[in-house]
Amino acid sequence: MTQTQQKTTPMASPDDGLGPVARFLKATEIDTRLLGMAGALLLIWGGFHVYSIFVNGNAGFITPRNLWNLSVQTSSIGIMATGMVLVIITRNIDLSVGSILGFCAIIMGVVQVYVLPDYLGLGNPLIWIITAIVGMTVGAVIGAFQGWLIAYRGIPSFIVTLGGLLVWRGCAFLVVRGETISPVDSTFALLGGGPYGAVGATGSWIVGLLACAGIIWMLISGRAQRKTHNFALRPAWADVFLGCLGCGMVIGAVLVVNAYPWPKGIVDAYAKANNITVPPEGMFISHGFAIPVLILVAVGIIMTFLLTRTRFGRYVFAIGGNPEAAALAGINTRWMTLKIFSLMGLLAGLSSVVASARLNSATGALGTLDELYVIAAAVIGGTSLAGGVGTIYGAIFGALVMQSLQTGMPFIGFDAGLQQVVVGTVLVLAVYLDILYRRKAK
Amino acid sequence: MTKRGTPLVEMRDISISFGGIKAVDHVTIDLYPGEVVGLLGHNGAGKSTLIKCLSGAYQKDAGQILINGQEVEITNPRDARAQNIETIYQTLALADNLDAASNLFLGREIIGGLGFVNDSKQEAETRKIMARLNPNFRKFSVPVSALSGGQRQSVAIARAVYFNARILIMDEPTAALGPHETQMVSELIEELKRQGLGIFLIEHDIHNVMKLCDRASVMKNGQLVGTVNVKDVTDDDILGMIILGKKPAHLAA
Ligand SMILES: Nc1ncnc2c1ncn2[C@@H]1O[C@H](COP(=O)(O)OP(=O)(O)OP(=O)(O)O)[C@@H](O)[C@H]1O
Ligand SMILES: [Mg+2]
Repeated sequence: MTQTQQKTTPMASPDDGLGPVARFLKATEIDTRLLGMAGALLLIWGGFHVYSIFVNGNAGFITPRNLWNLSVQTSSIGIMATGMVLVIITRNIDLSVGSILGFCAIIMGVVQVYVLPDYLGLGNPLIWIITAIVGMTVGAVIGAFQGWLIAYRGIPSFIVTLGGLLVWRGCAFLVVRGETISPVDSTFALLGGGPYGAVGATGSWIVGLLACAGIIWMLISGRAQRKTHNFALRPAWADVFLGCLGCGMVIGAVLVVNAYPWPKGIVDAYAKANNITVPPEGMFISHGFAIPVLILVAVGIIMTFLLTRTRFGRYVFAIGGNPEAAALAGINTRWMTLKIFSLMGLLAGLSSVVASARLNSATGALGTLDELYVIAAAVIGGTSLAGGVGTIYGAIFGALVMQSLQTGMPFIGFDAGLQQVVVGTVLVLAVYLDILYRRKAK
Repeated sequence: MTKRGTPLVEMRDISISFGGIKAVDHVTIDLYPGEVVGLLGHNGAGKSTLIKCLSGAYQKDAGQILINGQEVEITNPRDARAQNIETIYQTLALADNLDAASNLFLGREIIGGLGFVNDSKQEAETRKIMARLNPNFRKFSVPVSALSGGQRQSVAIARAVYFNARILIMDEPTAALGPHETQMVSELIEELKRQGLGIFLIEHDIHNVMKLCDRASVMKNGQLVGTVNVKDVTDDDILGMIILGKKPAHLAA
């Protein structure tokens, strides 16, 4: 009896009256907003591609090289956007992340170039670890301080972080009187990507296969969970489809990053350093996934679990949905706010590691205007400024959309003014579409 | 009715004011195990404010709260929950963006292996208790903003009774419920009473008060008019207390 019931009513409510597409979306539980974002992204890429071929007459935008660079450039904004989701869900805002990033970069520059080599010796493998920990700690402490002002002193987050925007940027310049610290520790620099800062073809396959295994495990354990409680199951074909889709995308990404070879100069230098003779037709050494991209993926996964599976995440949503109810349920909302801002600061510190490593130097101007791109990424990704709603994957997607515009427009030769016009318009348009979507979903 | 032993709850001489307004003005009430005490009064009399001092939502300006004869400090909702005090607020206090199960377990999530919230266990438990309270309830996987007023109220009631309270505060629990659901809540109150819980019931419907309550305390303009045994009075007596703010002559000592 229960057997047949489970088979005949896959999603507990009847499917009658739905078209095949709607039925498909319902069975697979695919977020239609995610589909929309994927569509928008393909549209943007496709647009740049076609434009660059027909107008500029070059090879097009969608190449392994451009996509690889895009992935690296997305990392820094993407890492911070995952934290901004939590901040915005709880009805706050953080305008200071770009300045915190700059300040952390300067502190880390001083630590790894002026301080640590004196104690550990130049090139000591501990330098990058200590530096990164110092950077993230500084970010977390700054975030906690701002969170304390907001939660325990009742100053609106907009004001506290607007002040922070100026203060931390100013401090970044004061520390070294505006000078640039360069180059950074050579191991540290790998965290920013570049040919050596990527895991190569074999490494990428390992990462990709692990990801596929993770996807399959999640689908299977999800089914098992629902079965133990006798909840309605997704139809098996839908799970198979989701598994294939997920694994297909992962493998596609691996193929793309492995299709981007090291430039000839790097290959020659590498061959020389390792006493390899380069054959006359050249050597094809793949970049593979860049380390900052792997950092972003790891952050994305951890933050997703944090937000959707832990108590902490549940409280974030509860505070955003109804702060009073959250407090009446015994949640220490102030302490939560402090922790959320501290986490945001920590992520800004991590982002600072990636950004300064990528630049191979630390300047006080690093991260200027990042707060706007980070907020835009979160909002484009479906985080509601009214609070209570948002996803991590959406924000990372949003960061990718923002960065695609940022990278693509100079590529096809749009000048700076036009770029700003487009980015601003896209932001407003994306939020408007989101509002329309929500109204319809209600 | 005969009172023996120490009361479950004593609120002595409680006062709280907002700005210049004395919302609760030297009010003393008590509650015994297995008893339902009705709290009555016109709109704005101070009923909700009084019980919020007990549930930890507000902090009293003056007065004492005793649980089982021991004075306790209740400075936040966690303190109240630690004393097994559960509250159904008039506003329901639900997070609209979360589903029924997440609301029911808010602040007390079931944690599974790896330290993650066990959502399916929570949903299963929610289904169990809702089957008792509101068997027609089906909307387990949507945010509670998508529920009707009565369905939301069922969720709030389920949350209060799920965690084995000793002291239950119900602020107009049936205001949004249909006749059948109201009947089920009445039966629930009777059952909880038999189990020895003490219940403060804020209720405007005199009928329900006469049916469910053992005693009734009436407030007016923040002050206590008086407390009567429901058995000894008629509904007109209680109405008189609410409107005139005076104890009926035959009870005034
Ligand atoms: N947070 C607050 N700030 C200011 N005044 C308040 C607050 N809460 C309650 N009051 C005031 O305290 C008084 C008592 O309000 P309360 O909510 O306790 O009334 P009530 O008896 O529950 O009424 P009702 O039957 O309408 O629910 C009212 O005059 C109200 O305006
Ligand atoms: Mg009230």
